[in-house]
Amino acid sequence: MSDTVGSDTDIQIPSPGTAGAGGARTSPPPAPAPAPATAPRRRGRGRMRLEIAVLSGPPIIVFVAFVIFPVVLAAYYGFYKWQGYGAATDWVGLNNYRLILTDPAFQQVLWHSLLILVLSLVIQGPLAIILAILLNQRIRGRSVIRVLIFVPYVISEVIVGTGWSLMLQSTGAANDLLKHIGLGALQKDWIADPKLAIWTLIAIISWKYIGFAVILMLAGLQSIPEELFEAAQIDGASYWQIQRRITLPLLGPTVRIWAFLSIIGSLQLFDLVYIIWGQYVSGTAGTSTMAIYMVAQGRSAGNYGYGSAVAVVMFLITLIVALLYQRFVLRRDLRGAITEGVS
Amino acid sequence: MSARTADWFPSAAKQKPRGRRSGDRDKPAKWGSPAVYFVALVFIAVCIAPVLYIVLGGFRTNSQITTSPAGLPHPWVFGNYANVLKSNTFWGEFANSVVVALASTAGIVILGLMVSFVLARYDFKLKGAMYSLFAAGLMFPLVIAITPLYIVIKDLGLVDNLAGVIVPEIAFGLPTTVIILVPFLRAIPKEIEEAATIDGASRLGFFFRMVMPLSLPGVVTVGILAFIGSWNNYVLPLYILNSEANFTLPLGVQAFSSQYSQDTAKVLAFTSLAMLPALVFFSIFQKRIVGGLTGAVKG
Repeated sequence: MSDTVGSDTDIQIPSPGTAGAGGARTSPPPAPAPAPATAPRRRGRGRMRLEIAVLSGPPIIVFVAFVIFPVVLAAYYGFYKWQGYGAATDWVGLNNYRLILTDPAFQQVLWHSLLILVLSLVIQGPLAIILAILLNQRIRGRSVIRVLIFVPYVISEVIVGTGWSLMLQSTGAANDLLKHIGLGALQKDWIADPKLAIWTLIAIISWKYIGFAVILMLAGLQSIPEELFEAAQIDGASYWQIQRRITLPLLGPTVRIWAFLSIIGSLQLFDLVYIIWGQYVSGTAGTSTMAIYMVAQGRSAGNYGYGSAVAVVMFLITLIVALLYQRFVLRRDLRGAITEGVS
Repeated sequence: MSARTADWFPSAAKQKPRGRRSGDRDKPAKWGSPAVYFVALVFIAVCIAPVLYIVLGGFRTNSQITTSPAGLPHPWVFGNYANVLKSNTFWGEFANSVVVALASTAGIVILGLMVSFVLARYDFKLKGAMYSLFAAGLMFPLVIAITPLYIVIKDLGLVDNLAGVIVPEIAFGLPTTVIILVPFLRAIPKEIEEAATIDGASRLGFFFRMVMPLSLPGVVTVGILAFIGSWNNYVLPLYILNSEANFTLPLGVQAFSSQYSQDTAKVLAFTSLAMLPALVFFSIFQKRIVGGLTGAVKG
């Protein structure tokens, strides 16, 4: 998409040097047909296998042992009523899942997660695009500005959580500030009020993650060839026309990928909520996310089987959302990375 | 095969021939319009104010914080920071964080580069499945797997051991790494590989002499993300480490803030010092991260 507005569809044209470019047209199942092999490669087929094994063996072992295997294990425990020690023997079939889907508390956390997802997109996306367009100029102090924008993203969740909960508690700086500027009437118990808490959380999330969106969009803008803007200017396009007709469409892929990452992040939100609400306020004051529910039902209540089933539900929801998103939104950008892989 | 189905972050390949926006370096920076600076300043103020609150809070006394939570320190107190800097707890946790972050970053970069190289430059039957395996890893947050992961780590005898944090962190860092690096590695022109072969370099020689240097921007980006990610990681240490001597800084901040929950100023000082390393590290490398994303996100 870097060349012209219309070239979104051209991504698939193999650029020079793309591995296996020749094979793209010829072989869907590349198995027997030796790929466009150079002479030494044909000679060293065994050697090639050895190299593949040596290079990809260790990463795969680590990945499978510490990511795939635990996830599969979680799926397995999801069928048991299991207290977290000894072997899981108490098979309950799909019962855990039935309980999850009928638990009003789960419906509530699902609602929270979806609200966070939608509001993250709606709040951060447009703001980040506007800011990125504004800041995408060669002005003095640009790199300082960028570093400062990124600060909240770089700071750990624990620190963000600790800082914000100190500021937002009823006797904290936020309320004090409101009093000083004459808005004392707006003082609230930002964290402990269960109705307000979810909005507080969304505000903190927006604050923490918008820097990442801006930086990503800036990176996207950087790669739009400047000649396009110049040409449009010569043709007499106004500033807003240029933004609307050139910048936004060309920024599309970046926006769509950012949205994808943001959606996955929202569905899996845990740290911030756990740190702010799990620690300072009893209960989670109306901010529970799916992951919080999982830990609360599983680890804290000692029912690991149920917690594991929640983990599986969470994963399935993420997977379905991701696949749908990829199918309908990212189709042009990702080319089926999840479903089809590189081959 | 290849480009059609390939890249999550499309067409890093295309950025190569065109080069980075060419004018970027040639034209001198100029002062932008006041409106731009105004918007930037407002935005920065919103980003920075809470952080400043934490930092400044460390310079106050608790009574200052209680009477005027939003005021400036008056007078400035340095004792909180001095105490933290003198404490063994802080430096012990700092050292643990350094070990974890460096080891995880090294592991993620090395293993990630190895597997990305295979995925980008070799043709074999299981390549698609392998890529999908790693790509799917993006959808497994650590929290989902934490209970079984704990069991695996316990069986390996790594509970309350820094290695028990490092190894899973490497594993969970691989998907992002693979997805960012594969386009970079694939973008290296085949001709270079052929030339290297003709000159007698083995494929592994090619890997070390050509691939490593050429994919440096991607590698640096991945390295920074891995470092910051593991420096900030909270869930894994929370479950794996239980003796204070093994705590990393995020756990330390939490332990400290509940231990001294009455001493807000002290907590703020501790918190400020804990966030400093990641901030400094990021400020040094921020140009690289934008550059790397430009390559990975779009050509």
